[in-house]
Amino acid sequence: MINTSFFKLILMKILRVLSLLMALCFISFFLVSHSPIDPVQAYVGADMTRVGAEQRDQIAKHWGLDKPPVERFLLWGKSILKGDMGTSMIYRSPVSEVIKQRFLASLALMGIAWILSGILGFIMGIIAAMMNGSWIDKIIKWYSLTLASTPTFWLGLLLLMVLSVKFGWFPIGMGVPAGVLAEEVTLANRINHIILPALTLSITGVANIALHTRQKLIDVLESDYILYARAKGESGFKLLLRHGLRNIALPAVTLQFASLSELFGGSVLAEQVFSYPGLGQATVQAGLRGDLPLLLGIVLFSALFVFSGNLIADIIYKLVDPRLKEGKSI
Amino acid sequence: MLEVNNLSISFIQYEKGLKQKTIQVISDLNIKISKGEILAIVGSSGSGKSLLAHAILGILPKNALMSGTILYDGRELTTKRQKKLRGNEIAFIPQSVNFLDPLMKVGSQVRSSVSAGEKKEKQRKIFDRYSLDSRTDSLFPFQLSGGMARRVLVASAVVGGAKLIVADEPTPGLHPEVVNETLGHLRELANQGCAILLITHDIGTALNVADSIAVFYSGITIEISPVSDFSGKGESLRHPYTKALWNALPQNDFNPIDGFQPSHIEQHSGCPFNSRCTFKSSECVSKLPLIRDVRFGKVRCYHAT
Ligand SMILES: Nc1ncnc2c1ncn2[C@@H]1O[C@H](COP(=O)(O)OP(=O)(O)OP(=O)(O)O)[C@@H](O)[C@H]1O
Ligand code: SF4
Ligand SMILES: [Mg+2]
Repeated sequence: MINTSFFKLILMKILRVLSLLMALCFISFFLVSHSPIDPVQAYVGADMTRVGAEQRDQIAKHWGLDKPPVERFLLWGKSILKGDMGTSMIYRSPVSEVIKQRFLASLALMGIAWILSGILGFIMGIIAAMMNGSWIDKIIKWYSLTLASTPTFWLGLLLLMVLSVKFGWFPIGMGVPAGVLAEEVTLANRINHIILPALTLSITGVANIALHTRQKLIDVLESDYILYARAKGESGFKLLLRHGLRNIALPAVTLQFASLSELFGGSVLAEQVFSYPGLGQATVQAGLRGDLPLLLGIVLFSALFVFSGNLIADIIYKLVDPRLKEGKSI
Repeated sequence: MLEVNNLSISFIQYEKGLKQKTIQVISDLNIKISKGEILAIVGSSGSGKSLLAHAILGILPKNALMSGTILYDGRELTTKRQKKLRGNEIAFIPQSVNFLDPLMKVGSQVRSSVSAGEKKEKQRKIFDRYSLDSRTDSLFPFQLSGGMARRVLVASAVVGGAKLIVADEPTPGLHPEVVNETLGHLRELANQGCAILLITHDIGTALNVADSIAVFYSGITIEISPVSDFSGKGESLRHPYTKALWNALPQNDFNPIDGFQPSHIEQHSGCPFNSRCTFKSSECVSKLPLIRDVRFGKVRCYHAT
């Protein structure tokens, strides 16, 4: 079923992303090492006045900040190849470890938002297309267009203010209750803390998929094959199920995979608003506090993450759409 | 079997400043087909052929307004009857394989026209009849060759036990062999008692199989004649446009007429052909001629004999 040209295609994609990652390494290293933030100062923080010049030099030496950029880049490159990606200055553990931990927390958040927004958006798109031109359609369209231009952090703050502060239904941020030992945190605690950020992400996440599904289904409903199906006596819900869903499901799923970058971007903001201890929050911390190895690690990781989404979207299309599934003809 | 009387179809269009305008694309159209007969509808692009087919099947777009009556089996073909009959007694053969769902295997698409009984078995039997082997069942439309696609579409019309078949341009851009094969299938179905409305813009195709030919011009029927009248220099034809069509064929004088047909007729502007007609007189410009019987045929022209 799957033939060599398919593997060749995947291989090409992987080679392409490898070269992309390489370029990304150079560019981000260059940008970060030219940033106006002095890593030593950011590392020491508010205690700066009490730290003497000698101590500063020691700190710089400890983290290798005194070496020339080229040497630092090579050292960093070596750690990438080793797999630990260097040591995070703020968490004082290997960058790969930090990313893994943080990403697992983010994964729960993004996963929930991803599935929720996918299903809701898909259904909204179908309803809008079926009622094309009606007030329901107009509301869904208006909602989606408005949301598409609503900043995530603004929406997050709004939800926080109304649902947590005013009504007290949800905790005001963090991933787990404050002051509770790690072993005593229950699943219910975690769920309780994840609902609001996930909701924030989902509410904005439906816009894209809803609009896309709506347009796709409208096109399908105007297509020749729907006309022919009607001429053959098919109608109503059965017609939608047989020919409509079949033709809009695949583009919707692939769009969802291809939109991981927006999801990731959104989660950086949402995690910041809700102080949710995920990868997004770590990104902001690393940036603000000049944690060069961590920041670079996250840049590489997120690029890989987004690329995987796109690759999966491509693969699904190739495997599922009979028109692209080469070598499967008689 | 099927009778269309005074059919008019118009569309409402919104112009600048929300002004509404109705455009009548089919006006006062009459045709009639009996059992075992193939009536070909000939007309150039935009003359309203497809809309006629869609009106018979009840699949006109929402913004279309229709008036006039369609009788099927002697009784009015209401929306309710259309819904009940289409797909089985009244079948549609579309123009191309693009009318099949691109993501659905053709076998199961054809089975959807079977209303009762062993669906799979019936579909297989029809496929056998059109020499489509069992591998065809699980092919997707894009995998069909031109000839196979035609046969699948014909099979799909026949599988429901059609008595009236509306075929809209069933042979565009096909290999002459495939064209002849498809037309042969239609002739065979007619000989078994089907009534067939064959829509085409190619008068050659029509002459090959049809019993009579209705010529469309700007949404009206200008002439209905038995095929036998299309002979010689077109002396037995009635309407100047039909004669011109006939004489424009390569095997005849190959002598096309100048000008274009208007896309729809303007009310009170007379015969739509008048700008291209050499027999034009003053009444031709003021009032649309009525359709009338002339020598076993019908014509809409003041000066036809
Ligand atoms: N939905 C619509 N709204 C407005 N006008 C329409 C619509 N559908 C068709 N028309 C008009 O009706 C006229 C007849 O269209 P129709 O498709 O029946 O032509 P046709 O004879 O089948 O042409 P062809 O040979 O190109 O298939 C055209 O002039 C077209 O512009
Ligand atoms: S009615 Fe007049 S203009 Fe029209 S075809 Fe006949 S002669 Fe020509
Ligand atoms: Mg047409």
